[in-house]
Amino acid sequence: MRENLNIFTKVQVAAPDYPGVPIGDAEYQRVGGIYHSTFMGRFGDAQIGPIYLGATGIASIITFFVAFFIMGMNMAASVDWSPIEFMKNFFWLTLDPPPAKYGLSFPPLWDGGWFLIAGFFLTASIMLWWWRTFKISQNLGMSNYLAWAFGSAIWLYLVLGFFRPILMGSWSEAVPYGIFSHLDWTQNFSLRYGNLFYNPFHMLSIAFLYGSAVLFAMHGATILATSRYGADREIDQITDRGTGAERGALFWRWCMGFNASVESIHRWAWWFAVLTVITGGIGILLTGTAVDNWYLWALERGMVP
Amino acid sequence: MSMLSFEKKYRVKGGTLIGGDLFDFWVGPFYVGFFGVTTAVCAILGTALILYGAAQGDTWNVWRISIEPPALSYGLSLAPMNEGGLWQWITVFACGAFGSWIMRQVEISRKLGMGLHVPFAFSFAVFAYVSLVVIRPWLLGAWGHGFPYGIMSHLNWVSYIGYQYAAFHYNPAHMIAVTFFFTTCLALAMHGSLILMATDPRRGENVKTGEHENSFFRDNIGYSIGALGIHRLGMFTAISAAFWSAICMLISGPLWSESWPSWWNWWLELPIWS
Repeated sequence: MRENLNIFTKVQVAAPDYPGVPIGDAEYQRVGGIYHSTFMGRFGDAQIGPIYLGATGIASIITFFVAFFIMGMNMAASVDWSPIEFMKNFFWLTLDPPPAKYGLSFPPLWDGGWFLIAGFFLTASIMLWWWRTFKISQNLGMSNYLAWAFGSAIWLYLVLGFFRPILMGSWSEAVPYGIFSHLDWTQNFSLRYGNLFYNPFHMLSIAFLYGSAVLFAMHGATILATSRYGADREIDQITDRGTGAERGALFWRWCMGFNASVESIHRWAWWFAVLTVITGGIGILLTGTAVDNWYLWALERGMVP
Repeated sequence: MSMLSFEKKYRVKGGTLIGGDLFDFWVGPFYVGFFGVTTAVCAILGTALILYGAAQGDTWNVWRISIEPPALSYGLSLAPMNEGGLWQWITVFACGAFGSWIMRQVEISRKLGMGLHVPFAFSFAVFAYVSLVVIRPWLLGAWGHGFPYGIMSHLNWVSYIGYQYAAFHYNPAHMIAVTFFFTTCLALAMHGSLILMATDPRRGENVKTGEHENSFFRDNIGYSIGALGIHRLGMFTAISAAFWSAICMLISGPLWSESWPSWWNWWLELPIWS
């Protein structure tokens, strides 16, 4: 039994460098060296690199570091530039959005201005990275499932820091940048609007989040348990089903009376993950704009015990 | 009727742990086995008790039905049926049903010549449930510390426990658990996307290969974990999410009963700066 667990790759082939599928006349080519790590090869693929950056990739990295630098500098300023105080208070440090009195106008730099600038660069970085995901799948002749899944996460991000603050009429509604401060924001948000657990879209988002964990546990375990039949070669199993896929399917059919196919399990996976952030974004967007108190909302509908 | 086109040749005898050939048969698509019988018995009894408990309550509104655990004053003893005894028996049958389900997965895995990864992974979810309704109440000395069985009532319980520790987000094990949940969701989206991008490619293109999959993630983030590796990673992050969820509850009360924000004082009191 033990030899079939397949938790680690025990015998590794020293493969030659593989730069990747030719991307023809793509405007930019891949950069960075190709390395082989025996350690990484025990868990997954041994090859590290190369990477396709392109103009948007480089711009995305630069804008990310600008945002990161602004956040770090503001935090350092808040402890009077003392490195030891910076480390001591690291988890508590924060770059807060402007106070409510400024509404949607641009505040002084020291009073939330830097927050807006950091947010601009962070958003620019994310959008440029999003562009890359379309570009790379285009280079390879693949479709855009990943780009649209990333887009759904961006939807939640923009609801939190852009759409909802605009609807509420104040940048002060945005989430602060900081470890504990964003946790405090989350708790205060729930308290202020009468407990987010009563928000039906929050319920859906949590259900899809937990469902994603259940699905990946089921799917990952099924593939590992049938990997000795080649089930991990999923493209081959989809186009020309083998005994690995058949055993995996029958396992769930016999266990719970229903099974996915190798293709459809990835559609279940995609929708569960994507709906987590789509429903989460809807729930946040409605809070404070359409519904002021989720507890009272649920009470009026006879849901509260 | 309920058999797939390729199913017949897989329906063979053997692989059972208990009962030999006695329960080695199928009902519709379901495999039965000894543990299928125990699952069914536990699930039917547990469900019947939930329905009975709902009938004793004052509502059939599905959001408001709740089976409450016994009052704390009953400690670790059995309570009268309508004062938490129902909750105790439902918990017993739930544990029986979940445990039987794990063993059933073991038997089916053996029958199909598969590894035991699925029952191993599922046992983490069962551990999380058992932590909440058996281990933690037992450590705290009263079954009343379990959560009530009801849609809105269990949410209220989560709120209540969270605020009991001032801000549950500061619980370090809770941080790890949430991080694993989000990571699992991200990795699931990336994996599902990649397979669909290769097998349902751009219009006019042929189905792609494993080399395209690797190239995509190398081009995107500089590393592709590979077809086998992503399933190892996904299973690991998923069971870690369940595991750390259980841990974050087991330490709340038995190990730490103050506010979670104040737990972080050890960091402020490190000898380096204090």
